[in-house]
Formats: sequence, C-alpha cells, structure tokens
Amino acid sequence: MGEYFRLAVDALRTNRLRSILTIAGIFVAVTTIIIILTCIESLNNYVETEFSEIGSSTIYINKFPWVITDNFFEYRNRPAIKLREYEALKEDNTYTRFVSPLAVYERQISYKNEVVDGVSIIGVNRHYAEIGGISADHGRWFTEHEVDSRRYVCVLGASVVEALFRNADPLGKRIKIDGFPYRVIGVLEKRGTSFGFDQDRQIIVPYTAMRNFAYSWRGIQVAMLPERPEDAEAMKEEARGILRTVRKVRPGDKDNFAINQQDMLLDFYKQATGGLYLVLLVIAGVSLVVGGIGIMNIMLVSVTERTKEIGIRKAVGATRKSILRQILSETLLISSIGGILGMIAGVLVGWLILNWAFSLSAQVTPSIVLVGYGFSALVGLVSGMYPAYRAANLHPIEALRYE
Amino acid sequence: MSSRSLITIQRLHKVYFLGATKVHALRGLNLEIKRNEYVAIMGPSGSGKSTLMNIIGCLDVPTDGNYWLNDQDVSSLNDDELAHIRNKEIGFVFQTFNLLPRATALHNVELPLVYNGTTAKDRKVHAASALEIVGLADRMDHRPNELSGGQRQRVAIARALVNKPSIILADEPTGNLDSKTGVEIMEIFADLHGQGNTIILVTHERDIALHAQRIIHIKDGFVEKIETVS
Repeated sequence: MGEYFRLAVDALRTNRLRSILTIAGIFVAVTTIIIILTCIESLNNYVETEFSEIGSSTIYINKFPWVITDNFFEYRNRPAIKLREYEALKEDNTYTRFVSPLAVYERQISYKNEVVDGVSIIGVNRHYAEIGGISADHGRWFTEHEVDSRRYVCVLGASVVEALFRNADPLGKRIKIDGFPYRVIGVLEKRGTSFGFDQDRQIIVPYTAMRNFAYSWRGIQVAMLPERPEDAEAMKEEARGILRTVRKVRPGDKDNFAINQQDMLLDFYKQATGGLYLVLLVIAGVSLVVGGIGIMNIMLVSVTERTKEIGIRKAVGATRKSILRQILSETLLISSIGGILGMIAGVLVGWLILNWAFSLSAQVTPSIVLVGYGFSALVGLVSGMYPAYRAANLHPIEALRYE
Repeated sequence: MSSRSLITIQRLHKVYFLGATKVHALRGLNLEIKRNEYVAIMGPSGSGKSTLMNIIGCLDVPTDGNYWLNDQDVSSLNDDELAHIRNKEIGFVFQTFNLLPRATALHNVELPLVYNGTTAKDRKVHAASALEIVGLADRMDHRPNELSGGQRQRVAIARALVNKPSIILADEPTGNLDSKTGVEIMEIFADLHGQGNTIILVTHERDIALHAQRIIHIKDGFVEKIETVS
C-alpha cells in the first residue's frame, strides 16, 4: 500500500496546479458540509438545552397553545385562565406534586432615584421554586404564610439587583413596582440569557401581592409538576377533566384552553428546521458531487496522458488490480486531502459563525468529522472507479504503442 | 533440468481486425527454443514477427494453437495470469526503451519487483546489482532524460534482468542507437547469454541477427527457414 501512496503523491506533484484545483473542489464541498453540520448540531444542542430548562414533565395551562400552526382567531375568543381555575386544579388533583399560578407582567420599577422600565414581574406561589427549578442564592424565597397573607415581598433577578443597587446589598430594602412598595427578601441565582432574553431581568412576587395588576381579568397561566415523571400523562388528562368540568365544556366540544409542554416546542423546532437543514445538506451534497465530477474528469485526462506508462507497467507484470489500485489511490488521496482540509476549515468557520452570529460555542462531535471525511473518501472512490477501470483494461500492446 | 524445450509453439494462428480488414498474421506457425539459446527472429514488416514476439512475450494470446512456456500452456491464460507470467518469466527490451520518464534509473529497474511483492529494501538491492551488471552503477539516480540512448537501453536491460526471467525478449534493441552504441549493447547480450540466459532477439537487420546462434526467418505468418549461425 505504501508503494501506491508514494505513486499517488508523485502523480499529484507532477501536475501541481491541476491537483490543487481538483483538491479545491472537494475542499469547498467538505467545508460547506462541515459548516452546516456544525451549525445544525450546535443549534440543536443549544435549543434542546434551553428547552430542557422548562422541565420535560412540567405542564403549563394557557389560553393559547405555545405553537399555533392553524388559524389564530380560533383561539382568540377563548376565556382567559382565571384564578378560580387554578384553585380547582389545586384542590382536585391526585397526580400533581406542585401547582402554581404564573402571572407575568412588564412594569416599571424604581429604588430611590434609579428607575428601570420593562422588568418582568412574575407572580407565583411558594411551590414555583420547585416547579421552575429556581432558588434564591442570597436571602430567601417567600413562605406560604407570606403568600396567604398577601405580603408585599419580592425576590430579585441578578440583573435587576445590578441595575438598582450596583454593588450594595439589596436585602431588606424597599423597591417600588408600578408605584407600590415591595420589600426585597432574596436574590435569584444567576441564569444567564436564553434565546437572547435576559432571564435575570425579572422579579418574583407572591401572586396574591399582585391584586393591583388586574390579572383577574387579563388571565394567568398555571404550572404543574407531576408526582413522578411517568405521571405526566395522567396529570394532563386529569387537569383537562378538571378544567372542562369547571368551564362546563360539553362532551364532544373542543377544549377551550391549552395544555403546553416542553416537547411541543422541541417538536415544533424540529419540524420547522428539519426540512431546511435537509435542503442545506442536499445543496452541500450537490457540491460534493460536482467535486467528484472534477476528480473524474481530471483522472480521465490523466489516464489518457499516462497510457504509455500504464503499458510499461503492464509489460513488466502489473495486473489489472494493481493498476486499479494505483488510480484509486490517487483519487482517494485527492479527496482525502480536500476532505481533511475541508474539515479543518469547516470547523473553524463554523466556530466563527456560531461565536459571532449566535454567541454559541460550537459542538464538534466525532460523528460530524467522520461523516465529512467519509463522504469525501466515498466521492474519491466513486469518481475514481471509472477512470481506474479504463486504465486497468488498457491492452498492453496498444498502450505501449501510444505516443 | 527438463529435456523439453523452454518454448514450444505448435500450429499458432493469430487473426485480428484492422478496422474492417481481417489480418491473418500467423498461419499455423511451429517453433521450439531451448533453454540458454540465443535466437534471432527476422522477417520483413508484415511478416508476423511482431505478432509472434507479442505472443512469446505474453502480451497477447493466439487465436488458435498452443504455446508452452516452461512446460506451462500459456495460450489460454487470462489477462492477470499473463501479467504474472510476464513478471516472472519475461524480460522485455524495447526499441524505444520504454522507461518511466519521471523515475530514476534505479526506480525504473525496480518496477518489475514492485509487482511481485518484493520488499522495498530488497528491491533496491536487486535493482542496484542489475544496474551494476550493465555497467551503470554510477548512474542510478539519473532520470532517463539525463542519460544517453545507450545508457537508457542499459537501464532497460537491467530492468529486463532484475527478476531473473526465463527469457530476455529484445525487440529491435539497437534500432534507436548509433552503430557504435549498438555494438556495445550487443556485447551485453552476448555476455548475458554467456551467463546462461535465454535471449530472443527480434530484428530486421542481418548484422544484428548474426550475433545469435540461430536465425528464424518469418514470412507470411510461417517459419520460412531456420538458419544456424556458424
């Protein structure tokens, strides 16, 4: 095998420019494929990680489904989710471990002279800490008693603390939300951004301390965590039953509320992007085929040019197989060089794109690299097949006579 | 050593087509060549001597008839089997040398060894000693375009020798050389014959053919006559 490799290197050196151009064809194709694969893999990974924060077995009861693919107006006239529906869900469930209302409003907040607009004020009960997987890492979360007795207390997100207090300790201070004073009892653990949203730009308060937000008619959401992950389906069915009863939905009529879950988002993401990714890969695949045609073209020329050489080799005992190997080694070498350089370039460019455009870290898995190299090697072999076959089948006498 | 001939050819026919024209190049030719003979094959162009040489050299197969080389019937072998026979039994020397232009002398001589699985190290040793036999020990790293015609033909002879073949088959080996160099090359063949090699020389020059022990005259696809050189 070493002999064939040496021969292939010699052949590529002899026609340097031609080899470089042929390699470039494969290089560009593999670079494109690796960039696309790296971006897809990294984006998928990112989206899955972000969605997993929602919790796979947590359900959210909303007026609207998270993903609307049909007519939005069908949903618009539904009644909003009300507090009494939360209370019914809380009373009558058997599979649910925790249930919390979830009311989100954007309001202006202030502390002394510092004013910040557009902060998410989230009203929940004590159990939302477990449902949402959040906790106070400075100070404390609010108690059941504080919820029941409508205490104006709040837990701040890290960005809010920074905006209002700089480096001072906010605990015990009174901030104003929409003009009403709330006492700071805790600071949330930092969570960073998700899909470009600052998740630390929020304030969590007992939902009972939000009466003046008029949520009673604007509606809320309800978040529910099952006793065990495998109870999620049963909990969903039970919640549906409870809500239909409370809302007096007649048998046979459609639900007039939505039960949302993380996998809906994932499914939607996959549905929305899967086709696009496929198209991208097909386009990249086409460029690889073009590269392969380039190799085949050059090898056919090269075989013709080397007819005499092949004749000499055959005269001194080269079999069909050894000629086949010689030509295939050459195409394999061309495609491998293009493939390896393409992988390196693809990973680098993919990394730059992800870093600059999406601020994501690139995921380079061994499977991407193997797929990239595998395809280029395959193209090398396939495109070398016909020229190699032609060379191997040359008749030695005619080949020797060729000038 | 077997008493049978190295080459036994019986009723050899070769028919091929040049476009639509049917050419009957060999018409039932018989021939025997013994081990360590020095034989010249002569004939005018169109006599079938090139066709005969191609068949003896296992570059081609007969349409009909038999060809035993070293007690093996090689008239019906397939391409790859013929390639092995060429590699093992035949050393070619061509009029136009047929060296690989980009390879050094040493590399050209190594070529037959590449195809019988000799290791790279052994290849170098064998090729170097073959070049020494033809007096080119000091030109091993030269490429063909850095060598004179005579030197190129010596490289070709070294290549023909390197596998220790049963036959050295030389097709007009002096045809592209001046007469002085031609004489030198013929001396090499005489030496090789003296060392026990079987040499078959294809030529149309009587002066060259006279170096052999026997001259086989071919005409119209038959052996016209066999002349013994005194």
